[in-house]
Amino acid sequence: MASDNLLTGRVWRFDHDISTDVLSPGAYAVDSVEVRKSHTLESVNPAFAPRVEPGDIIVAGRNFGCGSSRETAAENLKVLGVACVAAESLSRLFMRNAIAVGLPILVCAGVHGAFTDGDGIEIDLGSGRVVNVETGSSLQGDPLPEEMREILAAGGILAVLRDYRGK
Amino acid sequence: MGMTLAERILARAAGRESVTAGEFVVADIDLALLHDIFAAQVFDLLRDVGVDNVFEPDQTVVVIDHLVPAPTAEAAAIHHRIREHVSRLGITAFYDAGEGICHQLLPERGHVRPGMLIVGTDSHTTTYGALGAGGTGIGTSDMVYALATGRLWFRVPETIRFELAGGLLPAVSWKDVILHLVGRFGADVAQYRAIEFAGPAVTKTDMSSRLTVANMALEMGAKFALFAADEVTDAYLRDHGGTDAGPFGPDSDASYEAVHEISLSDLPPQVAMPHEVDRVGPVSDVEGLAINQAFIGSCTNGRIEDLRVAAEVLDGQHIASEVRLLVVPASRSVLQEAMRTGVLASLVDAGASVLAPGCGPCFGGHGGLLGPGERCIGTHNRNFIGRMGSPEAEIYLASPATVAASALVGQIADPRQMETASG
Ligand code: SF4
Repeated sequence: MASDNLLTGRVWRFDHDISTDVLSPGAYAVDSVEVRKSHTLESVNPAFAPRVEPGDIIVAGRNFGCGSSRETAAENLKVLGVACVAAESLSRLFMRNAIAVGLPILVCAGVHGAFTDGDGIEIDLGSGRVVNVETGSSLQGDPLPEEMREILAAGGILAVLRDYRGK
Repeated sequence: MGMTLAERILARAAGRESVTAGEFVVADIDLALLHDIFAAQVFDLLRDVGVDNVFEPDQTVVVIDHLVPAPTAEAAAIHHRIREHVSRLGITAFYDAGEGICHQLLPERGHVRPGMLIVGTDSHTTTYGALGAGGTGIGTSDMVYALATGRLWFRVPETIRFELAGGLLPAVSWKDVILHLVGRFGADVAQYRAIEFAGPAVTKTDMSSRLTVANMALEMGAKFALFAADEVTDAYLRDHGGTDAGPFGPDSDASYEAVHEISLSDLPPQVAMPHEVDRVGPVSDVEGLAINQAFIGSCTNGRIEDLRVAAEVLDGQHIASEVRLLVVPASRSVLQEAMRTGVLASLVDAGASVLAPGCGPCFGGHGGLLGPGERCIGTHNRNFIGRMGSPEAEIYLASPATVAASALVGQIADPRQMETASG
């Protein structure tokens, strides 16, 4: 279990109030997932969608994922391979939807100021500890409760449901 | 330590003696709501994961209200798919096109009781807090899980309490109160949090006003927007086919993140200005702005009380020739009562177009959209850019009295001026 909780990756840093319109632009809402994901965050960083690699980690400011209830905001990051979003705070519906689609999240005070783009980052989802590999500095986030980590480890709430039905 | 309303609701639903803000719990769902924007997608997903029944067919309520009557062939096809799923799953609480808006029907048809935990694929599911029920919006995957298992995880929210005192001035309503609170405290003050509305002013308010406030409290980010259940609640339950529930409130030693004491006695009519719900000021700030359309309806203010207020302002007069007035009753029962009591005649004689019960133009789907450069004042809950058609249109939000007064003169007007003019 411990190893499932340990994530290492490279940082993409974003500011405060990144909305669901930025994460999943309304104009592509009904397009295929291939089209949809290629527009993720393009209005704030057009290099992100083409260059993000599986295992990369998003570090952001306050109120990440604010706006509508659209689940595609979290799903786009998941299908692009983002391993975790660590932010100063997350909007309520984004947090719910991230867990529902199996995208790990961590609320961590001070994280926005502690990283720049491209830094190496280590996150222990179990303890909530976040380390900047470049500087060696570490921060303490709010660890997710075990129930949430189990949903994430299964790959999202529909995967949990399939397992539960399979029993 | 005592519990807030949100803590009491989640403790009971989780089968726990007590819970505290910040904890995560797995709770039993008392009621699940789906409407025509997401229902077909959720039911398809449910079938795809191999589930061919829902946890309790009579605790699942399905409402066709957003695209009513179907404005396109695609909408009609989606409605058809929903009806097929509803009959396949044996869902009995199904309200087809024309019965009304989900957030009106659930309380009105007796589905909501104090203390319940209710989830819906709609952000304004907070409305049920008017009856002391914990209602909150969820995404489509969470809804699939909830329907299959009857349970869902929740983080127990911190609570912000508003203690409201003082009587309202004439022609001022609880829509003005909630607009004022949204403007004063901001659109995200209650993110992850529950709100409790309390104080001497609240105990006197009728259920219609409480529904308006709990509905629009979502615009402050609230997860739950709660009123304690009292005699007003019991009277409403009895009038809508139910039995008394008795009082249900927070413990007196509950702990709150913040308590705000607010006096309502000097509050003038309020208006939210484009394009943010928390850009709010007194009607005097925008009085005299010419309007093209006035809209009375939505789950915020489409009840008989709202239509009656508008009819009183308009009675015996005619709206300005350059204005379109759209009235959309929140349910068939509201429409029937408006017919029986003469409210409908006053509105239609004054020049109103009455649309089928449902969401109408509230979310910009159909039924009275705005062109570029047009300006609308409505009783609904959102004025985001493009929400009612063209992104170059402007939407103002206000009370039924303010909207009716504005329709009469063709410009945004203070309903208190009308009272003086006519009496
Ligand atoms: S009336 Fe408006 S706010 Fe209410 S459910 Fe319908 S679209 Fe949503």
